[in-house]
Amino acid sequence: MGKASFVVRRTLQLVVTLWAVGTVLFGLFRLMPGDPTSYVVSSQMTQEARRQIIESYGLNEPLYVQYIKFLQNLVVLDFGQSFHSNQPVTQVIATYLPNTLVLMLTAFIAAYTIGITLGVLSGWYRGSRFERSTVITALTARSVPTFYVGLIVLWIFGAELGVIPMSGMTSLGTQNAGFWEMVFSVDFLQHLLAPALVLGFYFMGYPLLIMRSSMLEVLSEDFIDVCRAKGLKERTIMFKHAARNAMLPVVTAAAIALGYAVGGSVLIETVFAWPGIGREMVRAVLRRDFPVAQGTFIVLAATIIILNFVADLAYGYLDPRVTYD
Amino acid sequence: MAQEEQSGRSIFTDLDDGSTNEQVDKWQRTARLWKETLIEQWKMLTDELSVKLSLFVVAAFVLIAIFAPLIAPYPPLQRQYQGDAGILIEKWADPSLLGADNGYLLGTTAEGFDIFSQLVYGTRAALMVGLIAAVFTAGIGTLVGLVAGYYGGKVDDALMRVVDFLYGMPLLPTVIVLVAVLGPNLWNIILALIILQWRSTARVIRSQALSLRERPFVKAAEVAGASDWHIISRHLAPNVLPMTFLYGSFGIAWAILAEAGVSFIGLGDPNTVSWGTMLQASRAYSALQFGAWWWFVPPGICIGLLVISGFLIGRGYEEITNPKLQ
Repeated sequence: MGKASFVVRRTLQLVVTLWAVGTVLFGLFRLMPGDPTSYVVSSQMTQEARRQIIESYGLNEPLYVQYIKFLQNLVVLDFGQSFHSNQPVTQVIATYLPNTLVLMLTAFIAAYTIGITLGVLSGWYRGSRFERSTVITALTARSVPTFYVGLIVLWIFGAELGVIPMSGMTSLGTQNAGFWEMVFSVDFLQHLLAPALVLGFYFMGYPLLIMRSSMLEVLSEDFIDVCRAKGLKERTIMFKHAARNAMLPVVTAAAIALGYAVGGSVLIETVFAWPGIGREMVRAVLRRDFPVAQGTFIVLAATIIILNFVADLAYGYLDPRVTYD
Repeated sequence: MAQEEQSGRSIFTDLDDGSTNEQVDKWQRTARLWKETLIEQWKMLTDELSVKLSLFVVAAFVLIAIFAPLIAPYPPLQRQYQGDAGILIEKWADPSLLGADNGYLLGTTAEGFDIFSQLVYGTRAALMVGLIAAVFTAGIGTLVGLVAGYYGGKVDDALMRVVDFLYGMPLLPTVIVLVAVLGPNLWNIILALIILQWRSTARVIRSQALSLRERPFVKAAEVAGASDWHIISRHLAPNVLPMTFLYGSFGIAWAILAEAGVSFIGLGDPNTVSWGTMLQASRAYSALQFGAWWWFVPPGICIGLLVISGFLIGRGYEEITNPKLQ
């Protein structure tokens, strides 16, 4: 099988997976105990008002009609209206998704730069005390829950020392002209620092450990000996020859990990009261606002599914040795 | 074939369904095989210091969980009252660890619960979630992986598409939605974790089974007329056992972390005390702002200790199963 048919098959699989996630969600939210309409209408309303509201959300129609409509709307990315605020769900997503992305990408880029560098060094200086301490740090970083590290950071630096803000993304009462204006304001960066560092510390362990084991594999290959024989400098061998060849597993792992990072943004956003999409999803679930919960969940899942897809395709382009059969 | 060889012992005794006498023999052989494999794995595992320490930590937590009612001075959800007056403790009692004279080692929560007792009982919830979720995820994952890898073809395709679908679901949000649908209690959290987490074990075991299937001893068993189930359970399963254990020990760690996260968000079991619900309560009553560290620091340390032990045991195991990593 050639590359083209692999891409076609993989794309089909992407579509099927997205459909399956949507269907499962549709079923789950309609399985929720109790009448879904009871979250929309209150008992004091007149029969007529109740009926109108239920009809306006399309909740009176048979399930299969609702399902077909749901799928049709999914294709054009229309997730309906919030039961809570009556806003269109797409608008809710457009408000919260950029906040999550700014936080995640900042933490992610920092974590991968530092993690990869440490991974290269610890693979190179194998068996040293430096290697052991980086590996243990990486394991610790992945063992202590991020939200707990966040709590401790908030307690020490927020409550006790008062050097970082306790919650939110901007101070109360600040007005910003636009999104980018806000992102580059000092106030925003102050709020960003703590959650980004906590997340970065957590993300760092993964590329570090992968890079290390990938380095160990590359360093045992013949071309490294050739480099040595040529009399190249140690640092040139380490970064230019060994590290570049060892990068491949990290690159594909990074694409997948970024997806799961966005999908797992729930806890850190809750701790730092960061107005992101994960926290919004939890709040929507808790107040049974299922159009919003559904929409935000699909965004989180789609991020993972699409980045997995990208990683699969990228693998073939980055490594010419990959065959499709 | 079976009839001719009923009387005498043959090299095929473990292959056919003979008389009851041979049946007993068959079970003994199976039991011995599994026992030997397990002892061998255990010996390799306890070779390293960090693994030994981790096993010690886990054992200590297991003991604390079993003897929780003896260790904890109060039931975890029993309100404490001031003196004999019967007044509920206002705000919270300071810990006697810091010199307060009230007998509450780590003080009480704002609701008047003894924190130390909650911590001790929290071990039960953590271990229960960790162990049950890990056994089922590793078990289901191994079974699915073996079946998919051994049969290949359409069976493999179907099972792996299910795994791909599960990989598309973000862990925590999915558990949150499932728990919201099923109702917030510990069993539903465990169930939600099992539904999602077998995916990684299944994928790894499948790729192992794919290569094992081509080995001569499996071919030999096939030629000798062994049933599919016989080959899967007796020839493939013991060979993937190290991987199952590896993913099982990681599974404990992930399950404990996930339970803590879900409880922290507020979807924990209101009738059970776990380290996650303790953290959630401390946050709800602004213990951070008041600097009541004795409330929110200990649960996190316990989670961290238990989880890192799980990871270290897993890593020690990984080095056995994959000598390249050493």
